Amino acid sequence: MEDRALFKPGHTACAGCGQAIAAHLVIEAAGSNTIVVNNTGCLEVFSTRYPETAWGVPWIHSLFENAAAVASGVEAALIYLGKKDATNVIAQAGDGGTADIGLQALSGMFERGHDILYVCYDNEAYENTGIQRSGLTPYGANTTTSPPSAISIGNIRPKKPMPEIALAHGIPYVATCSAGFTQDLQRKVKKAISIKGPKYIQIHVPCPLGWRHEPGLTLEVAKLAVETGLYPLIEYENGVLASRKTITPKPVEEYLKIQGRFKHLLGNPEAVKQIQEIADNNIKKYDLRSKEPKDN
Amino acid sequence: MREFLEGSRAVAEAIKLCKPGVISAYPITPQTHIVEELAQMVADGELNAQFVNVESEHSAASVVLGAVATGVRAFTATSSQGLLYMAEVIFNIAGMRLPLVLTCANRAISAPINIWNDQQDSVSLRDAGWIQLYVENNQEAVDFHLMGYRISEDKSIMLPVMVCMDGFILTHGMEPVDIPEQEKLDKFLPAYRPLYKLDPAEPLTMGLLADPDYYLETRFAIQETLKEALSFIPKISKEFSSIFGRDYKDCLIEEYFTKDAEKVIVAMGSVCGTIKEVVDELRKKGKKVGLLKLISYRPFPYAKVYEALKNVPLVAVLDKAVSLGAYAPLAIEIKATFFGKKKSPKVVSSFVAGLGGRDITLDSIKEIFRKLSQKEVNQEFIDLKPELLREEYGG
Amino acid sequence: MFGPLIVKPIKSKGDKTGAWRIKLRPKFLQKNCIACRMCVSVCPEACVQGKEKNTFTCDYNYCKGCGLCALVCPKDDIVMTEEEAEGEKK
Repeated sequence: MEDRALFKPGHTACAGCGQAIAAHLVIEAAGSNTIVVNNTGCLEVFSTRYPETAWGVPWIHSLFENAAAVASGVEAALIYLGKKDATNVIAQAGDGGTADIGLQALSGMFERGHDILYVCYDNEAYENTGIQRSGLTPYGANTTTSPPSAISIGNIRPKKPMPEIALAHGIPYVATCSAGFTQDLQRKVKKAISIKGPKYIQIHVPCPLGWRHEPGLTLEVAKLAVETGLYPLIEYENGVLASRKTITPKPVEEYLKIQGRFKHLLGNPEAVKQIQEIADNNIKKYDLRSKEPKDN
Repeated sequence: MREFLEGSRAVAEAIKLCKPGVISAYPITPQTHIVEELAQMVADGELNAQFVNVESEHSAASVVLGAVATGVRAFTATSSQGLLYMAEVIFNIAGMRLPLVLTCANRAISAPINIWNDQQDSVSLRDAGWIQLYVENNQEAVDFHLMGYRISEDKSIMLPVMVCMDGFILTHGMEPVDIPEQEKLDKFLPAYRPLYKLDPAEPLTMGLLADPDYYLETRFAIQETLKEALSFIPKISKEFSSIFGRDYKDCLIEEYFTKDAEKVIVAMGSVCGTIKEVVDELRKKGKKVGLLKLISYRPFPYAKVYEALKNVPLVAVLDKAVSLGAYAPLAIEIKATFFGKKKSPKVVSSFVAGLGGRDITLDSIKEIFRKLSQKEVNQEFIDLKPELLREEYGG
Repeated sequence: MFGPLIVKPIKSKGDKTGAWRIKLRPKFLQKNCIACRMCVSVCPEACVQGKEKNTFTCDYNYCKGCGLCALVCPKDDIVMTEEEAEGEKK
């Protein structure tokens, strides 16, 4: 392989890992003049096991919750050196490292207005430590710490609205992406990089291991999340909705039935109805229903 | 230039001389004055630095970690709860071999909450791999920060330095200090030239996962480096002395009338000033007493302590910290220094004093000298108030 | 003294994750390829390379056989085929 590759093969992600797809697309869109700060998680562990590294750009990992703070320090140092305009800074983490343990540092980074792109790889659980429930685990999902039973549907809480939380900080760019829509992802990363100030991009990345589907279905699962309305692809610039991916909505069952983590819901029409409501609310809120016969 | 300054201000002046590019801290008494002074200097354009007002100490330490990793000298200060909150970052910085100077304005640890001075905070992080230097007065506070960067950034060391100064007593105490001139400092402390840094021109990966095949050697390396620091710190002290005219000898210990002493107290920090006064007073009365001031708590200078105390029959160790459930932290190092050795004091008595800011007076020190006798004292708390204690809870 | 600390990318060749493949490997037919680069985008290993039409292939030292490239190719120019005999598995 090219030695100038920004993200190299030979890492130990699971076959079909959605996060690996998104990670290499992000860094390829950002380019080689980028410093990456990574929280502890799947991506960090599978891409940097001494003495191997998948990263062709300068890359640092410190702890589980402080990528946003370490990145703030990197950015401050670059400003001091007069190099900030020529260098992108990306802080990245999983959903747990962003919305749970990392929320404080992230909020501080937003509030101080650092010129950093923060990327959240949302595989909807603490996958690296064995599929535990996080603040971004969706309603009804089976995880080891929110297991379904005769009296429980699994995770009983909705996803923490991280994009809204980011928006509430008044930052110039917030977007959601999906590993199933690779060109949209790269476009949004390039757009974000071109804006000065704090940016937040949340990427939906299927986890074949944790979501219990075949590696070859990663893209299908990602697409269905978007096409059911459960994971709207939206883009906000300066607090105003600038774009959204319109869909011809598919029923949520199509998304749920191909993943083992929702298997237990299929015989539970009440639960499926509640999930359909979540999708319907998204469709209404962002006006996702396509007006054309075909999607754009 | 000689000025009458509050300790915090003196430290800020010292840091200003060192020209850090990134300063980040979170408010906590009694450190806050240091960063407030620095914020004013940055705002006035006297100091060219990025001042990052973070939302917690954990982030303050993370910001300076990121800055140093990018090749820029950085500074932060904290105390007590703040130091504990950033504890995992503290271990991280040493483990990643990043140079840094941090001021710990020593303060007691909650619970109960107490903002006054003792040394529990920095002592409780003694295992982290940082160099820890304890200052007796504000001049040492200034000088050890200057030496701190020089030691920390040396290619042979690349470990962070914690300068520990007693909160309120030193930080808020006003003393005459000499603030060196910039030209002299520039001769002593060159600009930071990193061994490794985050730079798109030369990509590298920092902070990798080290599995059992690789982790052990990282710890061994830090241990060896800290041993090497025991020789390196004296070298820097000598250089410092030749440029600034203040001689800290090996900057690991200070022997105050220990040569012929029959009784010596071992201690760290500002209490040494008090002990020196008592030693002076008692020496006038013909009593052969002395003080062994410990400057470098980490790396612990076992060989120097051995040489200083091997002929002293009675040694008292004054700890301003505790290791709850075991012998006091400084006392145990002193005992370990002599175990199995041919020459040693007959008695090493352990005293705990000053926790939570309880005043250590001249009388307290005299009491220690009195209680230091052939009968070894096993961790006595000086100036304890028994009326506040109950066997059972209630009422 | 320093222990294991920092890695330069140039020094890292990664693990030979091609050994993870069990049954199938992608075969790049290089017949109807339009160089859309979807296979390059979608590979979690980032081990698919190519320039012009019909020049795309993957590095079998690293390919884990997930099959996403084959699924995404708009021209069905990538086909998952059985792993060859031991000798060719490299």
